[in-house]
Amino acid sequence: MSERIGSKGEVVTPLDEEDVRAKLRYLKSQGIQALSVSLINSYANMAHEKRIAEIAAEELPGIPVSLSSEVLPEIREYERAITTVANAYVQPQVSLYMDNLESKVKVPGSSSKLYILKSDGGLISARSAAENPVWVMMSGPAGGVVGAVWFAEQAGHKDFLTFDMGGTSTDVALVQGLQPRVGRETTVGDLTIRATSVDVRTVGAGGGSIAHVPALTQALRVGPQSAGASPGPAAYGAGGTEPTVTDANVVLGYLPSELAGGEISLDREKAREAVAAIMTATGLPSVEAAASGIIDIVNENMFGALRLVSVQQGFDPRDFALVAFGGAGPLHANALGKLTGAWPVIVPPSPGVLCAYGDATTGVRGEAARTLVRRFGQLTDDVLKAELLERAEAARSTLRDEGIPDDQHRIEFQVDLRYHGQGFEIPVNVEIEAFDGNGAGLDSLRKGFDAEHERLFSFLLEKSEHELVSIRATASGPRPNVTSSHIPAGRKDPSGAESSTTEIFVDGSWVSAKVYDRARLLAGNEIVGPAIITEMDSTTLVLPEHFASVHQSGSLLIRPIDQK
Amino acid sequence: MARLIETATTPLTPVDVDVVTLDIIENALRHARYEMDEVLFRTALSPGIREQHDEFPLIGDPEGKMVVGQFGLSIPDFLENFEGEIHEGDVLLTSDPYSCGAAISHANDWLIVMPIYFGGRIVGWSSMFGHMSDVGGKTPASMPTDAKTIFEEGVVIPPFKLYNKGVLAEDSLRIILNQVRTPDWNRADLNGLVAACRTASRRIQELCQRFGVDTYVSALNALLDRNYRAMKTLLEMVFKEGETLSFEDYICDDGVGYGPYKLRLSLTRQGDKVTLDFSGSSPQAKGPINYFINENLVRMFFGIYMITVADPQILWNDGFYPLVDVIIPDDSFWKPAYPAALNARNHGIGRVFDLFGGLLGQTNPDLLNAAGFSSSPHFMYSGNYTEGDRAGEWFQLYSIGFGGIPGRPIGDGPDGHSLWPSFVNIPCEYLESYYPMRIERWETIADTGGAGLHRGGNGVDVAYHFLEPGTIAIHDDRWLTYPWGVNGGEPGARGRKWIDRADGTREIIPSKVIDVPVYPGDVLHFVTWGGGGWGDPLQRDAELVGLEVRRGLVTQEGARKYGVICDDRGVVDQGATASLRAEMARNRPNPLPIFNMGPPLETILARCEEETGLPAPKPPIAHV
Repeated sequence: MSERIGSKGEVVTPLDEEDVRAKLRYLKSQGIQALSVSLINSYANMAHEKRIAEIAAEELPGIPVSLSSEVLPEIREYERAITTVANAYVQPQVSLYMDNLESKVKVPGSSSKLYILKSDGGLISARSAAENPVWVMMSGPAGGVVGAVWFAEQAGHKDFLTFDMGGTSTDVALVQGLQPRVGRETTVGDLTIRATSVDVRTVGAGGGSIAHVPALTQALRVGPQSAGASPGPAAYGAGGTEPTVTDANVVLGYLPSELAGGEISLDREKAREAVAAIMTATGLPSVEAAASGIIDIVNENMFGALRLVSVQQGFDPRDFALVAFGGAGPLHANALGKLTGAWPVIVPPSPGVLCAYGDATTGVRGEAARTLVRRFGQLTDDVLKAELLERAEAARSTLRDEGIPDDQHRIEFQVDLRYHGQGFEIPVNVEIEAFDGNGAGLDSLRKGFDAEHERLFSFLLEKSEHELVSIRATASGPRPNVTSSHIPAGRKDPSGAESSTTEIFVDGSWVSAKVYDRARLLAGNEIVGPAIITEMDSTTLVLPEHFASVHQSGSLLIRPIDQK
Repeated sequence: MARLIETATTPLTPVDVDVVTLDIIENALRHARYEMDEVLFRTALSPGIREQHDEFPLIGDPEGKMVVGQFGLSIPDFLENFEGEIHEGDVLLTSDPYSCGAAISHANDWLIVMPIYFGGRIVGWSSMFGHMSDVGGKTPASMPTDAKTIFEEGVVIPPFKLYNKGVLAEDSLRIILNQVRTPDWNRADLNGLVAACRTASRRIQELCQRFGVDTYVSALNALLDRNYRAMKTLLEMVFKEGETLSFEDYICDDGVGYGPYKLRLSLTRQGDKVTLDFSGSSPQAKGPINYFINENLVRMFFGIYMITVADPQILWNDGFYPLVDVIIPDDSFWKPAYPAALNARNHGIGRVFDLFGGLLGQTNPDLLNAAGFSSSPHFMYSGNYTEGDRAGEWFQLYSIGFGGIPGRPIGDGPDGHSLWPSFVNIPCEYLESYYPMRIERWETIADTGGAGLHRGGNGVDVAYHFLEPGTIAIHDDRWLTYPWGVNGGEPGARGRKWIDRADGTREIIPSKVIDVPVYPGDVLHFVTWGGGGWGDPLQRDAELVGLEVRRGLVTQEGARKYGVICDDRGVVDQGATASLRAEMARNRPNPLPIFNMGPPLETILARCEEETGLPAPKPPIAHV
């Protein structure tokens, strides 16, 4: 298309509207379902994109339009374009899905509204989600983290790692002061999408991950291939023959013979057969040794993911707790606690469906951002403050649309900073009160940035000027009124919940372990490992030398005995 | 030979390491290596490292053998050439290829080497080098295409202690940085390299702490042994005893008027071992294109091709080195005599991949790719702002261009990518906000990828519109010889460069130039080459060809190379296509040649001026 905006937002070549119409008509003749528009330098001036959207409304009525300057108003044409295209790509389906869902869940006569959990852990209206599906891409993992926040807070822990292990993959995140760390990039398949989301890292390690031994190197590998739900692990007896992590757990006696309240029964013999193949290929001395090896390696893979969000960001995991959930998380949680040193390990109630708690316990959130590349020398406190407040107004509008009064909005500001010339920005939280018009605001940002840079990279560039890259305001509405439930109190002795005794293989030998029914546990109960705690959607393993105490909020808190 | 000072004197006890621990350590090493990249990318200032990732990390065992890394350097060669003691806390720096046994291959690469101590003994080495945007000398970016000695290529740092027992050699660093045009960038990049190596060092110390140093070092040996065993099996599987395979390719010219330079590589297996022999390659070049390579690096390149195919999750390492002998003749393109110029060795590095691909692919079609974007073409632009709030300020851009990736057994070559997997392009919006230029075009050029069942990737046309006076420099190749196609695929198109001056005149620019003046309103077209095609183009799905016409990747005319007749919107005429394909099949050799290098070299040279607008280079002469 004939048009050009310069890097400072100036119009170099005006938009040729006739050219736009001709091209849109061609696209129409090709039967397109959605349109994305991404022009160079539109982050600096969105006028041409806006005008194209207006013309598209005339030429292509009913076709949804994604503008890069709305989806991601940030410098870097490739990332902006890809994110915009991803948005347009899923928009027709998501839009239809939202409409259907909204009409199905609508209760006649009720004022209830459908909200969708955004990737950053806040809620938006179903309508906004339909227009900006790229904002809700990480909704599921974010829900788990937000649910973890709810339960960790009740158990008295504000800083923790989350560990969400499912069938094919494991998601981890870091939460500090009950605030999940937020990241800007999400990888979907081969594409890197930029949209604010809880900084969740994913590794291809889950209950269905397949263990294999390449003939040439005879190394033991676990994943990233997964048996998925079908055929699933060999133990499911649904035709799977390859050894999975779940099979290893079955061989070692960590999983009961029935899962999901009897829906799935586990075939111990099939699991042993599958794992025996690994024993043969590696020359390990027994099926149990092979199974332990599989578990050790998958735990190590997940430990690697936890290190990505902690050690590699300059955080010591020993300063954090570890919240474990997902169907398979509680089974591996105690072992991950040992590897990371993050105590206590917290297993919330119903760990298999924690993300639903997240959805129910968070509030509406709006965000407004803008790229504003300025060296600090070119900025003043007043200019930046005015820009931030303008973003805040835009962020508030989302909440106002939902009828949330202004006095209930919580406003937070964040800026992305770097040293002039660097290509990587560090997000820094802004204390708007510090902006006194005399440079104290910019000073506080410098300090905040330097502290983060030092933590991440262990040095500062003292001669380099600080540079602002983008600014963001978020407006959060109040949490819904969800009352926390308390379980009845009991004594230390958990024997009232004991259901059976079983044999498990740990640290190289078979030992006897008690099995407890989680539903019958009472607050204050203490379970000493080795022990297994079963419930409908998950199984928790407590290792020898460790104990789990039952918190009144229903969470299990696992710690080493010597920390008692 | 370096003298390593260790306070712990009791020898380590070799222990058996079980397969699980071994895999855990292997995994942790892999993480550490990627963490090195992350630390550097985020802290570097020069766009070359920061945006384009022109850097290479390595973690070595106590002897310096690589246990994890990318490719490109060799610690044993470095240590062999270092005179003096090495203590805990020392960090070594060099940029002199001639005094580290070609551990690096031109003076722009600054190499950091750091011993990793645990309990008073050396348990490993971390090392990393990065390409500095400028290291001084006669032209901005320090890559003079007309250099005949290394003395013209800027500051050449002999191996020395940047940190002596933890103390920074501030004076030495000051002297070095005083030679370069971009001292702030170099200082930040150097900081990043050191920080990355220290990160690796911490990770290795944590592993020693967790598993014990005996287990850790024994595990490294087991990992090296794993590579040795895997390679031994592979060599026997892939290569026939006693048979010699050879392959030849060319670098078009040397920047000072000579070319093409023949690069030849042969392989023979005898018993357990293979010999890689570079004999028959052209003599040392007069210009700066020599690629000073050491034997270990050749082994490493060879290893990439062989091992990764067998177990993609393996950490490939130096363990297989004893199985590979390497012969590199003295005073050749690959081993020039001091003080030959070296700066433009990027074409040679790229062409090594074509050489190995063409050589090894002869034994196994699964490994055979076409020739691709096997170079890293450079573009530089520098000057002083003449107006605005930056008037008088110096600007300097160093960037690496992308082109067509070859057609491959697994599918089409991507359009407009880098050969180097971790490289990314500098965003146009970034270039426009930091440099006085507008990128008028960054587009893939239809039909430049070689036709094939799997199409070669298209080259790109990047049009730089200059807004301030300055000078530009270009390093590129494949303007004369063709990126070859394989298994019936056609060659890709050659690269071109020209400037459309503000006054309307057009100037053809050679592929290797420096100090070309440009003025506001001039537009440089930097057109790179396409990848070769893979497999028979007549077998390509006609509808896919039509779709690519619609997408602007192939033209209506270009579709005929696939025997496809379609309109300008890519609607295929099935009947006409079938008859054209039948006719084309009748009129071509059967079977199709494995390699299609385009016309014979004599023809290419005879038509050079007519086709490219540039005079043909003179035959290379022995220079030493």
